[in-house]
Amino acid sequence: MKFGRKKELETTIESGENAIANKEVEGLSQGQIVLRRFLRHRAAVISLSVITGILLFVFSSLDMKIGPFQYRGWWKFGIDDLPELRYGDCPGGTVGCPTISVIPKFLGGNGISLGEHPFGQDDIGRDYFALVMKGTQRSVMVMVVIGLFAATIGTIVGAVAGYFRGTVDNVLMRFTDFIITIPSVVIGSVIGARIGNLGAGVLAVYLGLFAWTGLSRLVRGEFLKLRELEFVDAARVAGASTRRIIFKHILPNAVGVIIVSVTLLLSGAILLETALSYLGFGVVPPDVSLGLLISQYQDAFTTRPWLFWYPGLFIISIALSINFIGDGLRDAFDPRQRRRLSKKDKARAKQITREQAKVE
Amino acid sequence: MLAYIVRRLGVLAVILFGSSFILFNMAAIAGDPIGELRLSNDPRAQQEIIDLTNRLRLDVPPPLRYFIWLKGVLGVFTGNPDFGLTRDNMSVSHEIASAIPVTIRLVTAATFVAIILGIALGVTSALRQYTRFDYSMTFFAFLLYSLPIFWVAVLLKQFLAIKFNDFLSHSTVHRNSILIFSLMSAIFWGSIFGRARKTFWITFMSAALGTASLLLFMNSLEWYTNPRLGPITVFILSVGIAFGVTHLSVGLSNKTALYASLTMSGLTLVTYFPIQRLFTPNSTFLQMVLLAIITIIVATFVSFFFGRIDRGPLIRTTILTAFLSASLIITDKYMRTWQPYIQEDAINYRPVPTIGQVSDLLPKEDYWIRTLDILIHLFLPTIALTLISFAGYTRFSRGTLLEVLNQDYIRTARAKGLTERTVIMRHAFRNTLIPLTTIIVVDFAGIIGGAIITERVFGWYGMGTLFNRAIQGQDLNLLMGVFFLTASLSVLANLIADLLYSALDPRIRVGAGK
Repeated sequence: MKFGRKKELETTIESGENAIANKEVEGLSQGQIVLRRFLRHRAAVISLSVITGILLFVFSSLDMKIGPFQYRGWWKFGIDDLPELRYGDCPGGTVGCPTISVIPKFLGGNGISLGEHPFGQDDIGRDYFALVMKGTQRSVMVMVVIGLFAATIGTIVGAVAGYFRGTVDNVLMRFTDFIITIPSVVIGSVIGARIGNLGAGVLAVYLGLFAWTGLSRLVRGEFLKLRELEFVDAARVAGASTRRIIFKHILPNAVGVIIVSVTLLLSGAILLETALSYLGFGVVPPDVSLGLLISQYQDAFTTRPWLFWYPGLFIISIALSINFIGDGLRDAFDPRQRRRLSKKDKARAKQITREQAKVE
Repeated sequence: MLAYIVRRLGVLAVILFGSSFILFNMAAIAGDPIGELRLSNDPRAQQEIIDLTNRLRLDVPPPLRYFIWLKGVLGVFTGNPDFGLTRDNMSVSHEIASAIPVTIRLVTAATFVAIILGIALGVTSALRQYTRFDYSMTFFAFLLYSLPIFWVAVLLKQFLAIKFNDFLSHSTVHRNSILIFSLMSAIFWGSIFGRARKTFWITFMSAALGTASLLLFMNSLEWYTNPRLGPITVFILSVGIAFGVTHLSVGLSNKTALYASLTMSGLTLVTYFPIQRLFTPNSTFLQMVLLAIITIIVATFVSFFFGRIDRGPLIRTTILTAFLSASLIITDKYMRTWQPYIQEDAINYRPVPTIGQVSDLLPKEDYWIRTLDILIHLFLPTIALTLISFAGYTRFSRGTLLEVLNQDYIRTARAKGLTERTVIMRHAFRNTLIPLTTIIVVDFAGIIGGAIITERVFGWYGMGTLFNRAIQGQDLNLLMGVFFLTASLSVLANLIADLLYSALDPRIRVGAGK
């Protein structure tokens, strides 16, 4: 008896849920629906603000030269400054320990303060905060360049293969297969070992030239599906050119797949860059990157762990935030995704069902 | 079907040809093997340049040199493949042959642990969808995705190896640590089993008390320097295994299966002492395999004796119980080897190594000490590899199970009045395993060449190290040899995965309609 009533309740709630779902999207464009869904994904929104915060913080900290403009960062040291190495008051007789303090006085700490060198100093006294900032800038830059190149090439290759099918598709996809078979670390190492010393930018471009394969397969699949739909026929009958059909009609409908997979590609890219730099095939000294910092100071872990903690902290927070944003985007673009209803919504659902019953 | 396989093999050959051609030329253009020698003023350098040029055929331009290499590789079909020579005039095939066992040893355990743990946690998390447990598992999985392995490895070295070795010197768990461990296990088990508030607190308290008393008990026995299970504990655990396995596979209501499994637990207790005599310092791996086979045969006999009808599930349950119980006995033996092991001069009470694949100074006679040494050296790399790969399995099995649970046949199974255990274990879980099998096959092939960073951090000499050496020394033949092997394995694994998929799932037919 109890079971039967529960079942009945569930059915009524379900029809109410549908009513809510329909009412919610009434009169909204696709973009607005996606935005709403994304904003409801709490972890993704938090991650988005965290990563925005990190990027603003990191990129405003150091002096930068953009063409003729000279930007002065808010941090007092650069990576080439050699302040005096701090010693004497560090635990275990080490040198250059961090001066940052986050435990407030009433909890028995030293109060919240940055001090002279919040992240400590390296062997020769360079400010580690400045180094970590510079390293993060490098790693993020490499990540973004890889992402841009991979997204552009992957989308174009996938779109062309999926739209034209036949021989074009066969040739492009076999070429993709060739590159997919070679693991990214192998490609990265082969390239990086040779051109790593040409600078991080060149390295990133080359890596981007090989990172598009997964994306192009996804885009191709999406295009194969979309090109059979009626609106494409309609556009063709109306006399739209091939380029117009691809870019104006099909591509906007495939943008969800592209955005999600590019996001996840970005978090893979930052890990690839750090791994390559760690192996010595990526960014090379005197340039700085997060993986390189970890690689240079890993032996110092037992005596001076801060040289190891802070770069890792930045890698993880960036990669983690991007993964969560990707998760949120996937949920937002997935039309099958139904959100979980809160208690309040369930009450409202019941209310709506009851009203509908009355009308009938 | 045969035509399909042949066609696919043809495509694979083309892909391998294409990708090796691309990599060969890329690597040849990127790295000049005699670049450094050219800058040298040493008269011997000149001679070496000539030697290398002759040996590696550097006078031929890369696209043509590729075909020289290819000709050697195609010797696979005539029975004598020639992968060329390394810079140091060693045979590439020889180098690879000595590296493969090391890599396999390194990654096998990690892959198994990652798969089993990943699936278990993924399934649990799907069955508890939208609970705190599910959310924490999701967070945990994303965190693991975002961890660079070299960073994790250094942390593990510090906290699991060095700190644990320090801990062994006084070998009691501190009061605060007991508190923390108990709390952690309480939260973990509580969030899995506690759906209602009451069950949550009951599980929470019993898990906390259980962990705390276990740790205190182990403290009082000095268990960490002298661990053992003993016949009684082995028996109790084995009875627990019997109940657990029966519950998950056929349900406790199936008395025949339960009694058959419990018989295996009884046999474990009876054979505990006789088997100890077999464990001599001269034991061999072959003996262990024989023991495993005997265990399986005995279990099959016992289940035949018990069951008249529906023997399949019964035999499976009994064999699984017997196998797990037997591994308890082996574990016990290794625990007893622990104390003599850490007292060896080569070990000197600091057993967990941070680097290397075996202790060189250890006397080689005793089978148990020798294998324990290998296992201990596997400890850290296995954890590191497991941590980064098991997140994928968790997410994948969670997603697949959720999808399967929405299928009509699950609703049918429920509507027939089957128990929830049958619905989950027989109908849902088995269908979840189909797509999982295919990614497992591909992963297995991928890891043979994939542990490049792990090998570097932990100082192992496997395929990853060969690869590293090839890149750093601009050793083209070595690089191509490693690549050719890993790439062929990975494309073959993809083919096997597709065939397996169609064998497991009758809805999928490969090569149909073409």
